[in-house]
Order: sequence, then structure tokens, then C-alpha cells
Amino acid sequence: MCLATVAKVLEVDPSKGTAWVDFGGVEREVRIDLMPDVKPGEYVLVHTGFIIEKVDEKTAREILNAWDEVFEVEPDAMGGYYYPGDRT
Amino acid sequence: MKDVERVIAPYRDRAIAQKLVEKIKEEAKTLDGEIRIMHVCGSHEDTITRYGIRSLLPKNVKVVSGPGCPVCITPIEDIIAMQRIMRKAKEEGEEIILTTFGDMYKIPTPMGSFADLKSEGFDVRIVYGIYDTYRIAKENPDKTVVHFSPGFETTTAPTAGMLNAVAQEKLENFKIYSVHRLTPQGIEVLIKQKSRIDALIDAGHVSTIIGVKGWEFLSERYGTPQVVAGFEPNDVLMAVLLLIRMYKEGDARVVNEYKRSVKYEGNVHAQKLIDKYLKVVDAKWRALGIFPKTGLKVRNEWKEFEIRNFYKVEVPKGLPELEKGCLCAAVLRGLAMPTDCPHFGKDCTPRHPIGPCMVSYEGSCNVFYRYGVLY
Ligand code: SF4
Ligand code: SF4
Repeated sequence: MCLATVAKVLEVDPSKGTAWVDFGGVEREVRIDLMPDVKPGEYVLVHTGFIIEKVDEKTAREILNAWDEVFEVEPDAMGGYYYPGDRT
Repeated sequence: MKDVERVIAPYRDRAIAQKLVEKIKEEAKTLDGEIRIMHVCGSHEDTITRYGIRSLLPKNVKVVSGPGCPVCITPIEDIIAMQRIMRKAKEEGEEIILTTFGDMYKIPTPMGSFADLKSEGFDVRIVYGIYDTYRIAKENPDKTVVHFSPGFETTTAPTAGMLNAVAQEKLENFKIYSVHRLTPQGIEVLIKQKSRIDALIDAGHVSTIIGVKGWEFLSERYGTPQVVAGFEPNDVLMAVLLLIRMYKEGDARVVNEYKRSVKYEGNVHAQKLIDKYLKVVDAKWRALGIFPKTGLKVRNEWKEFEIRNFYKVEVPKGLPELEKGCLCAAVLRGLAMPTDCPHFGKDCTPRHPIGPCMVSYEGSCNVFYRYGVLY
């Protein structure tokens, strides 16, 4: 039930509390009550017709690049091990 | 969208998955005994089963599912109470339009489901979200429109957001029947009872609302390592790897694997709206008992939003919560796998479900059945 889908914001209408978003071809009207400051062009997570968060593409890419780190860590070097980006 | 797909693709990449599995196997060799990792989200079960993740893991790494689906754990008393409210309203000459989600609609009780109510001629409608309910309320100003509203934090947030909009507009015919539940607090009860949980995969989109912060008390109080994980197969494999490592190190904290969508503090605006309209109360979880401080009810200041404040109905006590022989209670505690149930796939299927775990799309039995159980 909580699965949310990624969409791109096309237009925002603050007076109505809605935005038009594009789910990769399918466009829909969604509510912005939980994320009032969304802007066109941003990627967002949509759950049951509500934008619940912005999707941070940059972080997604950075974390993937940093996964290599994980593949290299030795099992016995685990003390102080952190997940990439977890320190911030 | 293309961009996002490019970002997501590596989280499904086979070569990366293989590397992760190798690492997991390596780590598991030096594990003292076995590790039981519980995930608490039906969507995680979907990823795990669809991609056959259990079959890739070493024998001493067990991934079990917890009470991951709010539909499965909604008490039958509430479904029956809502049915009775519909009947009472009709007797009094009033008309209620009831909306709820597709899987909630079919959940059986000893006194029938919402689908049965519909077949008797009552106006019951399946919606995709509470925004649809709002639209129906606008289109039917002379009728009361009630959303039977289950869900963990991810779904509670839209409910609160909608109530806020409705309060501002003074839309009087819009009501809810709240059966919302709090996820981490529910898991705490399971940990306190004797469910053996060595580590937790935290629900990604619940975390989008409550943040990493919302889970921390579990690590602090019970020493449970946790990973907030996304819903792609490599997200889950990475979570398993990190959890084995943390478990071995005795490292009890919450690592955020799903940074692309989850912030440390979560969606603060959503949290404020939830808190404005809803208040924490003790609540029953179907087949599991009463869990203290795990339910949400509409605050008294907003009592006109809760249909229960308009109709008082009685529900018979002591109704059997599950059909005889249904193992859902054990499945929801991570103590049994759907395949342990003698009914599974025989007389219990999504077409003819015996228990709630087979009805709900996110129930473990339903997920196992749909993907033909790879494990
Ligand atoms: S309701 Fe949410 S937390 Fe529960 S199973 Fe569904 S997606 Fe996961
Ligand atoms: S297979 Fe059916 S009867 Fe068995 S636990 Fe699942 S829902 Fe219950």
C-alpha cells in the first residue's frame, strides 16, 4: 500500500493544492499538500495521488558510485564501517 | 522519467546483484549461528519473492516477513462496525457512500466483506487514494462520503493532508473511519513479545514520512541493527549485507540505504499534519492482539471528520479472527512462512482466500502465491 511511484512535475497550481505530473507517459493530477514547495522539472515520489517526497537523483548516482567501496571492504575491516554517504 | 530510469537501473543490475550475493556469502561464513532479518513491508516481500532473493542467500541468513500490510492487520471488528454504520444510516434514511482500497474491499470477516455489502446494494466504491474520495464528496454534496482508511505512515500522511484541505474548504460531507497504524511502534511490540528479530529492514516509504529518526529508538532500546531500504532487488541485497555486518559488529544503529528518497528527519510537513489531525491510541492488530500506542484516531478538535462520532454501533464480541487452521498470525510475526500453512495454494488461493494474508496484494501469502514461491 505504501509503494510510491516516481514522476516528473510538469505544472503546479498552489491555489488548488495540486500539480500535474508525468509518470513516464501517463499524466495525472496529484495533491501537493504534503510537499507544497515542489517545482516543475523536479522528480517526486507519488503515493495514492499525493506527492510525498522529492527524489534526489544526484544522491542516487553518488551512492551507486560509492558502492564500489563496499565491494572492496574486507570483512575484518568492519570496525567503523559506514554506508556510503551515511556520515552526513 | 528516462533519467530516473537510468538512475534506478543499476539497482536492478545482475552483475551488481551477484557481487552483493558473493559478499553476503563471505560474511555469512563467519556468522555465529544464523541471523533472522525481519522486513516489515509487503512491498519488500514483493521484491524479495519476485526476484527470488531468498534462494540466493546462504542457509544461515533468514529473511522473514513481519506485519507488513495494514490491510492484513485491520481488525474484523472495524470492518463489521463500518458495515453496521452503513446499515444504520440507511435505516435512518441517510445515504453513505463508502470508499476504500481494492484489497480492503475484499477482506473477509465472519459477517462478510465490504464486497458482500456492495452486492446487497450499498454504495461501496474502490478508490486508488483518498483524493478520489474527496472528489466523490464534491460531486455528491447531498450524501455523506466516508473513506475507510487503513494504512501505515505513508498512507496516513495523505489522509492528514486531505483532512487539512477539507478543513480549510469546510467540506462537510467528507468523513473517514480511521484504522491507521504506526509501524515502528508495532514492531516494538513484536520485539518485546518473543518474536526473534536480529535485524530489521525498515519500510522505505514509511521512512520517507517518518525519517531515519523515526526508527532510531528501536536500535537504542533493543540493540537491533536496521537498514532503511529501497524497493529494487539490489537495495534489499545491500540491506542484507549491511545488516549481517552490523549484527556481527554489534553495531546497533539505523543506516539509510534509501537516501535517494528518505531524509534523516523525514517529511516534517507531513508529520506536522498527521499530528494536527490524529492522535496516538492503543489499537488492535488483527490476530495479534492489542498493541499499546500503535493506532491513530481523529483528534477531538476534529471529531466531525470521524464517522464513528455520528453513529454508535455494537459489534459482537469474541468473533473468530481467522478461519480455522489459517496461520496468518504466525506469518505476521515472522514465525511461519506461507508455505508452512497446509492450506497454502490448495484450498487457499487469491481467488478463494481463507485468510487476510492471501487477500491483500501485499499479504505474504498472496505475494508467495503470485510469484510461485522461489525459495
Ligand atoms: S502498506 Fe506500506 S509498509 Fe505496508 S506493506 Fe504496503 S508498502 Fe509496505
Ligand atoms: S495460506 Fe491462507 S490459510 Fe494459510 S496462512 Fe495464508 S491466508 Fe491463512
